[in-house]
Amino acid sequence: MSRRIHPSVAGAQPFQLAERDPEAPLFESAEGQERLQAVLSRYPTKRAALLPLLGYANELHGWVSTQDMESIAERLELTPAYVWSVASFYTMYNKHPTGRHFIQVCTNISCHLNGAQRVLERFLEETGTRPGETSEDGRHTVIEAECLGACGFATAVQINDEYHENVTPERVPQILAGLDGNGS
Amino acid sequence: MAYPYRDDRETTTLLSRYMGEPEARTLDGWLERGGYEALGMALEMKPDEITEIVKESGLRGRGGAGFPTGMKWGFMPKENGREHYLCCNADESEPGAFKDREIMRWTPHLMIEGCLIAARAIRAEHVYIYIRGEFFPVVRVLNQAVVEAYEAGYIGRSVLGSGWSCDITVHLGAGAYIAGEETGLMSWLMGGRAEPWMKPPFPAARGIFGAPTTVNNVETLASVPGIVANGSAWYRQWGSDKSSGTKLWCCSGHLVKPGNYELELGVPLSEIIYDVCGGAPDGRRVRAVIPGGSSTALLTADELDCETTYEGMQAAGSALGTASPIVMDESTCLLSAMRRIAQFYAHESCGQCVQCREGTEWIAKILRRIEDGDGAMKDIDTLYDLCEQLTGRTICVLADSVVFPLRSSLDKFRDEYESHIQQDACTAT
Ligand SMILES: Cc1cc2nc3c(=O)[nH]c(=O)nc-3n(C[C@H](O)[C@H](O)[C@H](O)COP(=O)(O)O)c2cc1C
Ligand code: SF4
Ligand code: FES
Repeated sequence: MSRRIHPSVAGAQPFQLAERDPEAPLFESAEGQERLQAVLSRYPTKRAALLPLLGYANELHGWVSTQDMESIAERLELTPAYVWSVASFYTMYNKHPTGRHFIQVCTNISCHLNGAQRVLERFLEETGTRPGETSEDGRHTVIEAECLGACGFATAVQINDEYHENVTPERVPQILAGLDGNGS
Repeated sequence: MAYPYRDDRETTTLLSRYMGEPEARTLDGWLERGGYEALGMALEMKPDEITEIVKESGLRGRGGAGFPTGMKWGFMPKENGREHYLCCNADESEPGAFKDREIMRWTPHLMIEGCLIAARAIRAEHVYIYIRGEFFPVVRVLNQAVVEAYEAGYIGRSVLGSGWSCDITVHLGAGAYIAGEETGLMSWLMGGRAEPWMKPPFPAARGIFGAPTTVNNVETLASVPGIVANGSAWYRQWGSDKSSGTKLWCCSGHLVKPGNYELELGVPLSEIIYDVCGGAPDGRRVRAVIPGGSSTALLTADELDCETTYEGMQAAGSALGTASPIVMDESTCLLSAMRRIAQFYAHESCGQCVQCREGTEWIAKILRRIEDGDGAMKDIDTLYDLCEQLTGRTICVLADSVVFPLRSSLDKFRDEYESHIQQDACTAT
């Protein structure tokens, strides 16, 4: 967090991480201010900074709350309703907190042809959840995803900011066990 | 996972030569491999000279539509002193496609160099690289390369002391297929919903922030340094007159060796599928292929002898698209495959046009109903009717994109639909 981020890439930091702090202040911190200024410096309008800042909120908190949207709206001189209308368009800004490991299984065509449905089912079984639901211990949320751009390595699964490729149902328990090193 | 897959035959490797070599990602590694020499040459040229070379090379856009790149650059206003922008389209979201990600994660500097040369040609001083949200591991590699190039003076104020300045900003998306459509992409960059807009105005007249803008695909831009360094005749030694150069093929579905392969344009599709990728696994037969990514018309196993050029694929009744064949072998339930594709377009429709918003949803629902054994013969007519309704009537071609695979499957595999409707049984083996 303390490393300075070059402004050219300040609006493009991975924003789905296992490490997150839902209580951290968005802009009322040195990092938050720095990120805000760095992003703003790259666009001729304030509005263009909206997506990068929604990403920042997701990165920091693991999801984007109404409160986050309000503070972004205020900084960019937009209405909260406008910010919501944009945030709701993009599926990757989580509108609810998710499990620590957010598991997205691609079931689009190339993965579908290679048995993605069974991979998805196995993840749900092993985590004891239904799609989109967070496990009771708060560790896992599993959802079905659209094409992840890794179609030659089906089935593709994204877990937080990492890709797992050529996933078969048999590999699922091992992948889950590897997530935080101490078993699932 | 073995990567990159290499064809056993002699292949041309303009774009994929250094894939699989982690050192090529670093600036030092890139310079050792001749990196940024083309940029140096471009800085010695006038913008219009660069455009001319690219025009003569015959390079066509690799984002799907195949529009001639030099001609597109030529549409940009010539006067200096006004803001111009270049947008590098790294949204790569067409199901079946996974080539831009490979270019960016193995040779990010190749793309950066292409961006800088293109920016110079169109007199832009700011490049936005729009990369899809899911590509986090790729973004890390790309970001590092951008920062390294800034620190070494390849990007920023007075590039390599030439007096010409150019910034690059990476902009990360958040999951919306339609953000890959060029006007959707521009709406996205400006902080809005990625809703496409009607053309005209074309981006070269009025793009982002009201300024002239060019949108180019990652692979298009990555092809540029080689052309500038070696000349247009060099590039034309590959491919056909109308489709010059090489292309990264993204091969997926039922294949023994799926993966990325760089091939000269024009190689017969059957050769790519059988010789390069080893055909379908376990000795099964190929049933159908969607050759250019999920929004192109499918071909039957008997139609694969076509030449993989823009014109050859069109003559075969399909399109080169993103050169992403999705192979389905004889065990495939085509109905279920079509349903999955339709479901994707229904999910991704931005909702501005009624035909697209409602039509894609209906198609997905009807296909689901047939798959569940509750179809009626009149559903086939309704599907054809919807194809008609969705063609050429909307702001962007997302609506048309679902029609190509759907209509071709209805035409070529009607028996599959009838069998599901009448016997609740699939014709797959
Ligand atoms: C629905 C839709 C999605 C698209 N997605 C992409 C994409 O992900 N990447 C891309 O480069 N082009 C995509 N395109 C094509 C772009 O609109 C545009 O033609 C292209 O980026 C231009 O670059 P090129 O001339 O270098 O090919 C898409 C088009 C449509 C209609
Ligand atoms: S065709 Fe579909 S995706 Fe394109 S603008 Fe209309 S509703 Fe949006
Ligand atoms: S279809 Fe699964 S990654 Fe593209």
